[in-house]
Amino acid sequence: MDDTQSTSELRPTQEKAPGFQSWRPYQSAQQCCEPSTHFQAENLSIVYRKHLALQNVNLEINKGCITALVGPSGCGKTSFLMSINRLTDLILGCQVSGRLLINETDIMAPFTDLLHLRRQVGMIFQKPTVFPFSIRKNLEIPLREHGMCDHATLASSIETSLQQVGLWDEVKDRLNQPAQGLSGGQQQRLCLARAMVLSPEILLLDEPCSALDPISSGIVEDLIVSLRGRYTVIIVTHNLAQARRIADYVALFWAVDGIGQLIEHGPAHTIFQSPQHELTSAYISGTRG
Amino acid sequence: MLSPSNTIGETGATLMVWTAVTLIATPFLWLSGDLLWYGWHQLSINFVVSVPQNAGREGGIGPILVSTGLIMTVCMAVAMPIGLGTALFLSEYTQNDQVSGRLIRGSLDVLAGVPSIVFGLFGNAFFCQLLGLGFSILSGGLTLACMVLPILIRTVEESFRAIAQDQRLSAAALGISQRATIQHILLPAAIPGVLVGCILGLGRAMAETAALIFTSGYVDRMPTSLMDSGRALSIHIYDLAMNVAGGNSNAYTTALVLIGLLLIINLSASWITKKWTTLNQLPS
Repeated sequence: MDDTQSTSELRPTQEKAPGFQSWRPYQSAQQCCEPSTHFQAENLSIVYRKHLALQNVNLEINKGCITALVGPSGCGKTSFLMSINRLTDLILGCQVSGRLLINETDIMAPFTDLLHLRRQVGMIFQKPTVFPFSIRKNLEIPLREHGMCDHATLASSIETSLQQVGLWDEVKDRLNQPAQGLSGGQQQRLCLARAMVLSPEILLLDEPCSALDPISSGIVEDLIVSLRGRYTVIIVTHNLAQARRIADYVALFWAVDGIGQLIEHGPAHTIFQSPQHELTSAYISGTRG
Repeated sequence: MLSPSNTIGETGATLMVWTAVTLIATPFLWLSGDLLWYGWHQLSINFVVSVPQNAGREGGIGPILVSTGLIMTVCMAVAMPIGLGTALFLSEYTQNDQVSGRLIRGSLDVLAGVPSIVFGLFGNAFFCQLLGLGFSILSGGLTLACMVLPILIRTVEESFRAIAQDQRLSAAALGISQRATIQHILLPAAIPGVLVGCILGLGRAMAETAALIFTSGYVDRMPTSLMDSGRALSIHIYDLAMNVAGGNSNAYTTALVLIGLLLIINLSASWITKKWTTLNQLPS
């Protein structure tokens, strides 16, 4: 799928999102990331009631890469992440200003089809949030909502997405069992499968490993690495070692006088080996944050 | 190892807890025992199905059970959709500090505290006279619906609010519309709470006397339509105990039936809730 087509799909529209069959996921042939901009924030500011949470963030995120957002708590990383699929709209008193471009289409424009946007931009939260139903129904609900009703297609989509997250062999015999019966790591992978079943282009991960034990965390981390090239991944993490292991690009956020700001952004090796900003080097060396 | 003073404290606390439990349990056991003692010997299928005779001193409660059933059906048929809709509006479409939400919640809290006799007078003035429904099962059921709505709405609203916000955010993040989120995620998850709300409302409605005296009336004949006047179980008990000399025996048995019905409703509610939860987790 070329950029032009993606852009046309994201155009501001009041029309219903196109049918599932007519909508094709972003498929990247290459296995590593390419230096072409997929998502861009221009002068992004986020205000909660009267508190300025994030100010003038300008950030470009490359297609197919893993970008880690790091920084101490309260510096606006999650707010930034939630503005990308406009979940910030659901937070009372939250106002977002600036421009957010996906494939050069401004998603902040009025009449943007939010349901379509959120199908293109999947999100995983810190705590695994499976729906209190069976494993199968967890995956069926989003698919049915986006127009897929055929049983055979549903079954094959469910199998593919579970295979992508390495969960198929573990759960194939108990798809009708409650999803809450899975372990924390399995639940998080199910959430990832649930987001991926809609074939998004961008995946937003908000500290996906922080609520998991080290083994589950390792499995989820390996899974995230395997997404490189196929999805544009933006991950918030407090774990610098994790960012160092998996990220292609790193962006450091910091709260200056209580206002979140983007301090530095660049390729992971540059940020970790020769940071330009003193806050970055202090944060990486562990003397700040 | 506990010191002696600690042991005394522990014993004292245990004693207090048990005293409280006994104080609560005694009136219930006394009441049930009393009802069984004086009412059980008369209880039979014949009593349940036959018509009252001699102003209720003899015969059974067949028409009264039918009237009660009809009043409850009207009450729940009206209260459930309105209650569910209002609860959904309060929990999903208004914020806590929004004026409309505050206004509705405040009104509901006031309504929940209004004595049932006032509902009875309102029902009489509005349904019986203004709308011209007269003393009828319909008037009684509608008045009871007004009375149980506050408790129903607040319980159902709480069950929606008890669902973690994460579920709503996750659904939104998957591009699921608010309507579909309510239909496929929130409603199934809140069903046990909705059922509990309905049972609480039904329980309150069934035990109601004052609101029905002025609306559904006293007539103990078998009702032929919703526009007929019909006597509810609680009014039958009240009438036999207060106005009919020698009616105590039948009043006890009727009260036993009423308590039994409430017990059955409560038990079936927990059974349905349990079944629903299991079914929900094992969809086709």
